[in-house]
Amino acid sequence: MATEILMPALSPTMEEGTLAKWLVKEGDTVNSGDIMAEIETDKATMEFEAVDEGVIGKILIAEGTEGVKVNTPIAVLLEEGESADDIQLSAPAASEAPVAEAPSAPAAPAAAAAVPAAPAVDIEPDYPAGTEMVQQTVREALRDAMAEEMRADEDVFLMGEEVAEYQGAYKVSQGLLDEFGAKRVIDTPITEHGFAGIATGAAFGGLRPIVEFMTFNFAMQAIDHLINSAAKTLYMSGGQMGAPMVFRGANGAAARVGAQHSQDYAAWYMQVPGLKVAMPYSASDAKGLMKTAIRDNNPVIFLENEILYGRSFEVPKLDDYTVPFGKARIWREGTDVTIVSFGIGMQYALEAADKLAEEGISAEVIDLRTLRPMDTPAIIRSVMKTNRLVTVEEGWPQGSVGNYISSVVMQEAFDYLDAPVINCTGKDVPMPYAANLEKHALITTDEVIAAVKQVTYR
Amino acid sequence: MAARKSTKKPNVSADELKKYYREMLLIRRFEEKAGQLYGMGLIGGFCHLYIGQEAVVVGLEAAAKDGDKRITSYRDHGHMLACGMEAGGVMAELTGREGGLSKGKGGSMHMFSKEKHFYGGHGIVGAQVPLGAGLAFADKYKGTDNVTFTYFGDGAANQGQVYETYNMAQLWDLPVVFVIENNQYAMGTSVQRSTKSPALWKRGEAYGIAGEEVDGMNVLSVKEAGERAVAHCRAGKGPYILEVKTYRYRGHSMSDPAKYRTREEVQKMRDERDPIEQVRDMLLTGNHATDEDLKAIDKEIKAIVNDAAEFSKTSPEPALEELWTDIYA
Ligand SMILES: Cc1ncc(C[n+]2csc(CCOP(=O)(O)OP(=O)(O)O)c2C)c(N)n1
Ligand SMILES: [Mg+2]
Repeated sequence: MATEILMPALSPTMEEGTLAKWLVKEGDTVNSGDIMAEIETDKATMEFEAVDEGVIGKILIAEGTEGVKVNTPIAVLLEEGESADDIQLSAPAASEAPVAEAPSAPAAPAAAAAVPAAPAVDIEPDYPAGTEMVQQTVREALRDAMAEEMRADEDVFLMGEEVAEYQGAYKVSQGLLDEFGAKRVIDTPITEHGFAGIATGAAFGGLRPIVEFMTFNFAMQAIDHLINSAAKTLYMSGGQMGAPMVFRGANGAAARVGAQHSQDYAAWYMQVPGLKVAMPYSASDAKGLMKTAIRDNNPVIFLENEILYGRSFEVPKLDDYTVPFGKARIWREGTDVTIVSFGIGMQYALEAADKLAEEGISAEVIDLRTLRPMDTPAIIRSVMKTNRLVTVEEGWPQGSVGNYISSVVMQEAFDYLDAPVINCTGKDVPMPYAANLEKHALITTDEVIAAVKQVTYR
Repeated sequence: MAARKSTKKPNVSADELKKYYREMLLIRRFEEKAGQLYGMGLIGGFCHLYIGQEAVVVGLEAAAKDGDKRITSYRDHGHMLACGMEAGGVMAELTGREGGLSKGKGGSMHMFSKEKHFYGGHGIVGAQVPLGAGLAFADKYKGTDNVTFTYFGDGAANQGQVYETYNMAQLWDLPVVFVIENNQYAMGTSVQRSTKSPALWKRGEAYGIAGEEVDGMNVLSVKEAGERAVAHCRAGKGPYILEVKTYRYRGHSMSDPAKYRTREEVQKMRDERDPIEQVRDMLLTGNHATDEDLKAIDKEIKAIVNDAAEFSKTSPEPALEELWTDIYA
């Protein structure tokens, strides 16, 4: 059967082109791969190859013709034994390409579906009343969480720089090598890009890796795998495979380590669909969230903090203590203002609330604990009660977590606000080294207090 | 045509030879059809064809066994067909339809099949290299004797993460075959313009990794080298590098005018080294198959490809609800 050769689209954007030159003539035999014509697109002159074998029966568009629309028949190809007389021209072929319909993508409400739904908040602790509590540092709590999960599941292993023999650059993995051996507690060379990729591949292959970045500053070398490989594969594979794994390590400013070692990545990772992001403040949350993170079937970014590692908190003494993702913790109830924070920002939020109480201002303090999913309903509920909101974080102001919260509150609780929301953030500068400058660059309790006074008009 | 004749004596059965012929032809015809559908606007975005490189995957798949894994770049259609993924599902992914292997959400560059142990389809040059070593890590951890074929291009071979991966793969004896598909160009940059180290596989020596150069236009040479590599990995000796010298006939992607090389260069390769013609000659001159036999194979392949194209056109676009699925497990 004679087939029509159509004007090809030779670039993602081409709609028409010039048939610059025919390299075959009527009666010529062509094989697939033979170059038949040169076609000029807006960008380049391209060679057009035959995809079938046959004889050129008729050339329909003369060379030199400009503005030939894609999919217009330009020649007719005959099969063996056919003659040019057999040609019956069809009506100009309608494009078989699906007509792009006006995009009627599901609108706003569905957007929330990209983020796992947050369970309803309550101010009950995440453990039964009367549970015995023990004092533990955040460091110990994280270690215990990993050890418990490694005992429970053979497929969980820890990989990173100095995690095994050195016992962790910040001693978070203390004792794990002894208990689990070198097969499951693995020292890597200093190659973040490489080992983040290897761990992600291992997760595709059915294991549940925990990757320690000595600090998240160094994860910038590996961020391609965190986002392009780990976060997006489930979607790109239509649900066939994903990366059940945890990327963890110290995040944010330590003390006097300068610009390249002092950055808060909360707002960066919070933006990425496919990732979950946890950023605990207390030891009990560090433990409960870490256990949840390891069991989660998605890549979790777990942002720890060097300064908090050594802080002690009460941790429930339970065999299996977990904290759900997407559930904020209300540390302190109040009526005059809502202060929302997470991670080390909680330290300033709580200190400020104490001092404000002395002045008769009652602040409700909410620890988000996870940023994705984020418990925005808890924030909205609180704002409906206090009508004022201050957010507190260590990261930079432009594109901050607080910015996002402000926009959610504006859209969902605008009428409840009695004052503009204030975002307390780190200053918009790389972290300076000098002690006095560093102090100014970081968020301070006094700034939080000042912001609260501003929104409460005191 | 004498130049095309292989001097190699085939040490495989006629049936095996026919199988390779069939598999390579399937890839070639599939890719030609994909190019055609692209021209019709049915396939969008980037589309990287594998025409000319068919012997690489077909030869290596002949060395693989059940449970072995494979991972590659965006130039992935051939790899998928060679490991047995349905032509219709692959083509329908290219057209972004519901029946595509990623439900139309991955596209030409991002396709996967858990069933066939095909781990993508990766659009970031070089990223699949540590990912492939990670898959091998998982096999070693679980104590299987499977290997992972990790394919990457000559351009990708200059990425830093490749060498981070070499180092760790050898350090930990990971069962991974690193397959450098040296098709001589990374988009418009020839190997000579991107490195002064002439043998890419030799870079593994710095890490203690064994390897070799392979004639990637000859499916039997590829298969034999693949068998050596796989035996090395399965014996627990760690990774192995194959630098497979091959050639892509088409542009880097559909929109590449390919002005960085001459038409003669391409034509010479096609005339003298074509992987499919080489096997065809072996089959005919060795009296392993008749013209009629080969015609029958051609016909069968044409039907498969036409069906795949038909399916890729008639399968509906994904439901809009799909926008919101598969983000979290
Ligand atoms: C990290 C990254 N940089 C650049 C690109 C753009 N790019 C896509 S393919 C390509 C050339 C790669 O050539 P090679 O590795 O030889 O593979 P081939 O296309 O020849 O199969 C480039 C530069 C990319 N996708 N990813
Ligand atoms: Mg190349």
